[in-house]
Amino acid sequence: MPATFTPRPQADIERKDPGFGGKPPLDKRPTGGGGEGDSGDDGLHRRGPRELLDRYRLGLFFMLAGDLMFFIALVSAFFVRQSAGHFDPRENYVTDWQPLRVPPILWVNTAILLLSSVTIETARRQLFHEMDVIEEWLGMGRPAAKRALPWLLATLALGSLFLAGQCVAWKQLQAERLYFATNPNSYFFYIITGSHALHLAIGLVALLAALVGLYRLRRVQLRQILVDCTAWYWHTMGVLWLFLFALLVGFQ
Amino acid sequence: MSDMPRIARGAGPASTPGAPRLRLFSTHHRVLGIEYLLLSLLAVALGTLLSLVMRIRLVAPDWHWPLVGVLPPESYLALVTMHGTLMIFFVLTIAPLSGFANLVLPEQIGARHMAFPRLNAASFWLTLLSLVVLLAAFVVRGGAPISGWTSYPPLSALAGAGPGQALGMDLWLVSLGIFCIASWLGAVNLLVTILYERCPGMRLMRMPLTVWAWLVASVLVLISFSVLLAALLMLLCDRHAGTSFFLPAGEVLNGVALARSGDGSPLLWLHLFWFFGHPEVYIAILPGMGLTSSLLANFTRRPILGYPLMVATTLAIGALGLVVWGHHMFVSGINPYAGTAFALTTMAIAVPSAAKVLSWLGTLLGRQRRAPLRLTTPMLFALGFVSLFITGGLTGPILAQPALDSYLHNTFFVVAHFHLIMGMAGAFSIFAGVYYWFPLMSGRLLSERLGRWHFLLTFVGAYATFFPMHFAGLAGEPRHYAQLTGTTSSLAGLLPLQRGITWAAMVLATAQLLFLANLVVSLRRGRLAPANPWQATTLEWAPLTWQLLPTAERHVYRGPYEYGPAKGYCRMEPAQADFKMQCDEPAEPE
Amino acid sequence: MPASLRTGWLPPDGSLHGPQLDRLLESNLAVLLALLLLAQLLLLYGVLRSRRGVDAAHPAVEARTSAWRTETLPLLLCCLLFAAMAISSQRLWAALRYQGPAPGAMQVEAVGVQFQWYFRYPGPDGRFGFVRPALVNAAAGNPLGLDPNDRRSGDDIVSSVLVLPAGREVDLRLRAHDVIHGFFIPGMRLKQNAVPGLLLHVHFTPVVGGTYPILCTQVCGSGHARMQAVLHVVPPGEFATWLAGRERALTPAAEEGARQ
Ligand code: HEA
Ligand code: HEA
Ligand code: CUA
Ligand SMILES: [Cu+2]
Repeated sequence: MPATFTPRPQADIERKDPGFGGKPPLDKRPTGGGGEGDSGDDGLHRRGPRELLDRYRLGLFFMLAGDLMFFIALVSAFFVRQSAGHFDPRENYVTDWQPLRVPPILWVNTAILLLSSVTIETARRQLFHEMDVIEEWLGMGRPAAKRALPWLLATLALGSLFLAGQCVAWKQLQAERLYFATNPNSYFFYIITGSHALHLAIGLVALLAALVGLYRLRRVQLRQILVDCTAWYWHTMGVLWLFLFALLVGFQ
Repeated sequence: MSDMPRIARGAGPASTPGAPRLRLFSTHHRVLGIEYLLLSLLAVALGTLLSLVMRIRLVAPDWHWPLVGVLPPESYLALVTMHGTLMIFFVLTIAPLSGFANLVLPEQIGARHMAFPRLNAASFWLTLLSLVVLLAAFVVRGGAPISGWTSYPPLSALAGAGPGQALGMDLWLVSLGIFCIASWLGAVNLLVTILYERCPGMRLMRMPLTVWAWLVASVLVLISFSVLLAALLMLLCDRHAGTSFFLPAGEVLNGVALARSGDGSPLLWLHLFWFFGHPEVYIAILPGMGLTSSLLANFTRRPILGYPLMVATTLAIGALGLVVWGHHMFVSGINPYAGTAFALTTMAIAVPSAAKVLSWLGTLLGRQRRAPLRLTTPMLFALGFVSLFITGGLTGPILAQPALDSYLHNTFFVVAHFHLIMGMAGAFSIFAGVYYWFPLMSGRLLSERLGRWHFLLTFVGAYATFFPMHFAGLAGEPRHYAQLTGTTSSLAGLLPLQRGITWAAMVLATAQLLFLANLVVSLRRGRLAPANPWQATTLEWAPLTWQLLPTAERHVYRGPYEYGPAKGYCRMEPAQADFKMQCDEPAEPE
Repeated sequence: MPASLRTGWLPPDGSLHGPQLDRLLESNLAVLLALLLLAQLLLLYGVLRSRRGVDAAHPAVEARTSAWRTETLPLLLCCLLFAAMAISSQRLWAALRYQGPAPGAMQVEAVGVQFQWYFRYPGPDGRFGFVRPALVNAAAGNPLGLDPNDRRSGDDIVSSVLVLPAGREVDLRLRAHDVIHGFFIPGMRLKQNAVPGLLLHVHFTPVVGGTYPILCTQVCGSGHARMQAVLHVVPPGEFATWLAGRERALTPAAEEGARQ
């Protein structure tokens, strides 16, 4: 991971008792500029400029972990439902699970989504480009933002394309008369792709916010955070999609 | 809620010049904490009222209520459902976790603010919205849902399955969906705050046990509420989009075969719900356990016995709590071998709980005595918590045996179990917290005299109300029975017992008026709290911090429960200072 | 009217496995009640004793003894106790649920419908006939939707009371039409949910003659509390007569009476 503009303070700390999470009482530690505490008496600069970024990343991580549980619940329901069946009046075991042929366009969509992960990662890295960041921090224009902008736009385009592609997939299924409530497989197809699409739509909103934020936010650090968190969110949704897609394709 | 700002600013510490201004729409955690507590106070008042109506209807089904007349049986079920939902979600999740954590967590770990104050505020307003949506179910056509707080489908999936299962049920589902998201946001904020905002020296193993409890409870929220959200979504689809996640084949409702049929499984809902539901009850009780530990240490003036063990048991309860959900489903049609597996994990979870009880008893009985035990009101409630937790908890291992549960399941025995351990023990921990932390909210102390009476009546009332329920359960009385009499009923013999319970419940509920009176009176005329009124060691009572005044950054030098003269510090006169705050500088440099 | 439940303690028990379950339950209750009293007394003692106050202590002495005596040892004992409880009850659970009924067990079906229990006996052919949801019509005397085209359903007996011969094992199949119901015979120490879409089996042996209430223990709608039925356990001879009477009533002319 590229460094921030100020290295993390590696203070000479006496580590007497090795507890976890030790934040030893040491006052004289370098603080970076642009940190949270710049404007107030907050006294929170002790961990340097990276602190706020790490905090947001951790928050995002927890939020995504919860989200992952949401999808895990859906996926386990998928497997439970798949194995369900009943005996008809003639004592034959019947199941209403009819394998669903995933619209081929999903392969294209998947490729698009993967590509968009690359673009957003590139955008993210621009914001941690040391020289640019320092220039931005010194108020000398927005070189980092300028460099990130095209990549963000590309991601936005690719993301929208993915969503459009998903819509096409749904349309195609509907053309085959496979609606949401047609059979269990279609429920799961729609509910899983739908929830994922909703998440991606949120990602698009975040991207838009990042685009605006790059130019409107006054603090460099916040710009970094915005893009960074959007990117991690986006990556997670990409990886998640790979799993969901594998599920939809491979476990009918 | 409109008098919120006055409470927060009131005569309290926050009105000291220099303190941040606290407004209704503040993102300050202490305001949010108070708002959360007020929200749950509202919910508990409603929930208690509902429970009284329900109790009366149970023993006097034909009684003519003013204005509404005789209550039909579905009203009874609607009351039970709303009572359970309000109590579990809006009282026992909100008050100990969101309420108290917002009130004191940042201070306890030496942070100046929450990691994400705005997220935190959003969480509160979403919770309020969720409560409003839930209460709306009372006024829509058909009334509130009747399927219990567990809402098993198909009863909850088919609008035609009963009154209240149409719009009322939808509102219930939407309300809980909002609640899930609100709890998520709150939990993310708490987790990051705990992990990232601790002041220097506040190592994990120096955190007060309350903080540990909030940490574990927040993790549980993230894991379990997400699953509930997914289940709610699927149920809503079943209700409105024509799917059959939970609807089985061959449904015949009211004599009409349902056109839609799939091979959905009601048991799938049970699994998803209880995967959420069991962690949920530990979310409700863990903060109470942490608070009790703190209070016992404080008022016995001894360190809590086995702090590392307490941390370990908190973690163990959290982890094991995720794998015991099947004990609610022994006779619901799951594989009997799975029943055995869940029985074993459930028994395993009783061990860390027992360890906690032992540690509390050990702290109380420890031989190291410095000062007489202080039976202040918070301490009384903490002791009451221990007592009720033992009483309610010991029936747990009985229910955990599938063979016995196959008799006791869904009888009043279970109702007794969870009211003692969750309802009453949980309530006692909330009371303890309110009596203990009231100075942080208002700058004043609650009246001890009223508090003692409140404790006494509540303690006796709790036992009188909920202990006899065991016997109704042993006799085989099922839950959710709107009445015991009637043409087909074989339960009429239990009526005297239930009548007694109703009287006890009325006393119990009436006693809560003392608490309300205490709140109201003490807010205006309570004794002004001196600095650190309980001589506590934890940081929320540190000078300046408790008034929310700006201070230099805190440094923490020691664990949270250093009561009594400890090794390595200069011995002081016990009467003067038999405790060391976490932030007190060591007498001589280490 | 059926015998009512005893107030405040386990109702009289009429099943083969009942006494074993009661013994287990009562011994569990006794042990835990003792533990409860012990714990509460310790709590009370701790409160009363500590109130008395200061007493110069010897922190060093205490540190050595207390952890073992107050924590570790009792905790180990609790572990043992819980383990013993978990294991000892599994035998009964296994007998009740792991093992199926003996081969000759009597077949009976119980079906939960809002808000009534129906019982079906397979009739002389010993096999349950087909049911079709679309045919359910309680008013026309076919509450379970028996398929008239099916040979095997012609002799099925549908009743709203459960009559069983004493001393014979029963293999009970449980179904539900609409929502989840809970099938509970306190007197037989038997409880199992009836879940729509699932066919669940439980088995038990009624031994003591008499009348036992059957209750619904899973909230199923506004009539949940009145969803009760009765079980008559009668001597085998009497049961045979009853069954024969019901079979005779099944001649086409008396189809109407199928619902009793
Ligand atoms: C927190 C949980 C909680 C609490 C406190 C209570 C309180 C009470 N409960 Fe409740 N109850 C439930 C949770 C709770 N209950 C649940 C989950 C169910 C199952 C629902 C279902 O099946 O769907 C249930 C069901 C239930 C039944 C079973 C009905 C049936 O199945 O037929 C009965 C019957 O008597 C009952 C009675 C009472 C009574 C008389 C009180 C009270 O009146 C006791 C008196 C009140 C108090 C002592 C006040 C408590 C104070 C606080 C909690 C602190 C608040 C303070 C601040 C916020 C500052 N309850
Ligand atoms: C705060 C909430 C809470 C807590 C902590 C617990 C704790 C436990 N619960 Fe409970 N439970 C509920 C809330 C809670 N429960 C609710 C709400 C329901 C009903 C839901 C519904 O259906 O609506 C329920 C239902 C329920 C069931 C299902 C019953 C049924 O529906 O048939 C079971 C079954 O196993 C169970 C088991 C346990 C066990 C083993 C514990 C254990 O964790 C208990 C551990 C505690 C102890 C074992 C006491 C320790 C003390 C000692 C050992 C004393 C030592 C003393 C000396 C040495 C002197 N619970
Ligand atoms: Cu059927 Cu309750
Ligand atoms: Cu549980």
